[in-house]
Amino acid sequence: MSQSAVDVPPKGGFSFDMCKRNDMLIQKGLKAPSFLKTGTTIVGLIFQDGVILGADTRATEGPIVADKNCEKIHYMAPNIYCCGAGTAADTEAVTDMVSSQLRLHRYQTGRDSRVITALTLLKKHLFSYQGHVSAALVLGGVDITGPHLHTIYPHGSTDTLPFATMGSGSLAAMSVFEAKYKEGLTRDEGIKLVAEAICSGIFNDLGSGSNVDICVITKGNKEYLRNYMEPNPRTYVSSKGYSFTKKTEVLLTKITPLMERVEITEVGGEAMEE
Amino acid sequence: MRRTPWERLSSASLTMEVSSSEPTLVPAPVRFLFSTLLGMYVANRASDKITQLTDNVYVCRSGSAADSQVVSDYVRYFLHQHTIQLGQPATVKVSANLIRMLAYNNKNMLQTGLIVGGWDKYEGGKIYGIPLGGTVVEQPFAIGGSGSSYLYGFFDQAWKENMTKEEAEQLVVKAVSLAIARDGASGGVVRTVIINSEGVTRNFYPGDKLQLWHEELEPQNSLLDILNAAGPEPMAM
Repeated sequence: MSQSAVDVPPKGGFSFDMCKRNDMLIQKGLKAPSFLKTGTTIVGLIFQDGVILGADTRATEGPIVADKNCEKIHYMAPNIYCCGAGTAADTEAVTDMVSSQLRLHRYQTGRDSRVITALTLLKKHLFSYQGHVSAALVLGGVDITGPHLHTIYPHGSTDTLPFATMGSGSLAAMSVFEAKYKEGLTRDEGIKLVAEAICSGIFNDLGSGSNVDICVITKGNKEYLRNYMEPNPRTYVSSKGYSFTKKTEVLLTKITPLMERVEITEVGGEAMEE
Repeated sequence: MRRTPWERLSSASLTMEVSSSEPTLVPAPVRFLFSTLLGMYVANRASDKITQLTDNVYVCRSGSAADSQVVSDYVRYFLHQHTIQLGQPATVKVSANLIRMLAYNNKNMLQTGLIVGGWDKYEGGKIYGIPLGGTVVEQPFAIGGSGSSYLYGFFDQAWKENMTKEEAEQLVVKAVSLAIARDGASGGVVRTVIINSEGVTRNFYPGDKLQLWHEELEPQNSLLDILNAAGPEPMAM
């Protein structure tokens, strides 16, 4: 007789077995280590002939800037990119995973990936982890059905929008979009608006900073403009190098050989050999 | 113990449907909110909470956005399969029972209240409410979401049997605008869906064109307009 009724392996999804234990440990005063978070400004908008995504490049670890020039616009497919906010490891892992699934799907079907497919795969994963995978995403791309822009929250809910912002700087960026976005922007107007929204996050939100990355996706073409804008250059580096005032001076040039001071005496007994 | 992360995106809103003589009406104000450290932030001020399940069945979603989206996605998938196997459109009752199946079996995991409405050739226009626990209630009108508590009395008073399509839609838009006025978590725009034997009509009412209720202010582009407007002296001593 089989025992399968007792030992059925879990079918997938997140295991909550350790939640009770972890709660107990926290109540007893355990301080869990913090994760690398991307206090972030990420945005996206739909323009005349496609989608523009934008992101800042600061990664933080608590109060410390962990990376001053990280990449937050992740590749999903040749025609789809995805901005990530939240825990850096989670956004990286989830986008890599789904991008791999999309590539296998392309090999199987022989067709270009659709944005809705990426959206479904992402939301399914995030929902199954009930918000424990903290990835807040702005997904954008152009497929056979046209340009698409979506936001995905860590719990797996999704929105479809003409312009979207996410991350700690989302409020600052959204205020720019709400004031200036209109339908049918040109490519240059779109890039300018996205850069302005990201800059608003960089300057007004402590979690965001450094440079502006932009990705423009149009039908059959994309442009990844890494460090499109560098509003915070290093001010303490000189291309000419530095000259320091002399603080060390030469006091003595006469060299006294060491041997003159050392007396060598012969001592009886055999020298030690190896 | 299940953890309830506090920033879970939830639709604090009103969803409701009214069954009139023939058509089924499915309106909902549309705004998704989630709390941030600074209080509340409107994540989407024009979202569509009325989701299509089949050609003739729609659902109003309230509660956790993630949960209600997953439930309606699954039910849409089940109904498509069912329609193909049956060779004819699914009934509203079947749709309601599929939602119930998911809502009841996973009641510990889900925080969503749904209202299904639609038209089928056996029973005509029908509305079923499926609140939190996963029960199904067939109702002449159903209300749900955070704003619904402001409307029970209104509906008891204003709902009449055998309303015309126009009367019913007017009632529903009035109700949603009343709830928007009183419920801080509801707002944005109003969407309605009318389903009858002839098909489906979707209507859209922008938030700044809605009727104003007791002491409500006119929509303003800037708060400065209110401040600069000539009014009674605030500190007349």
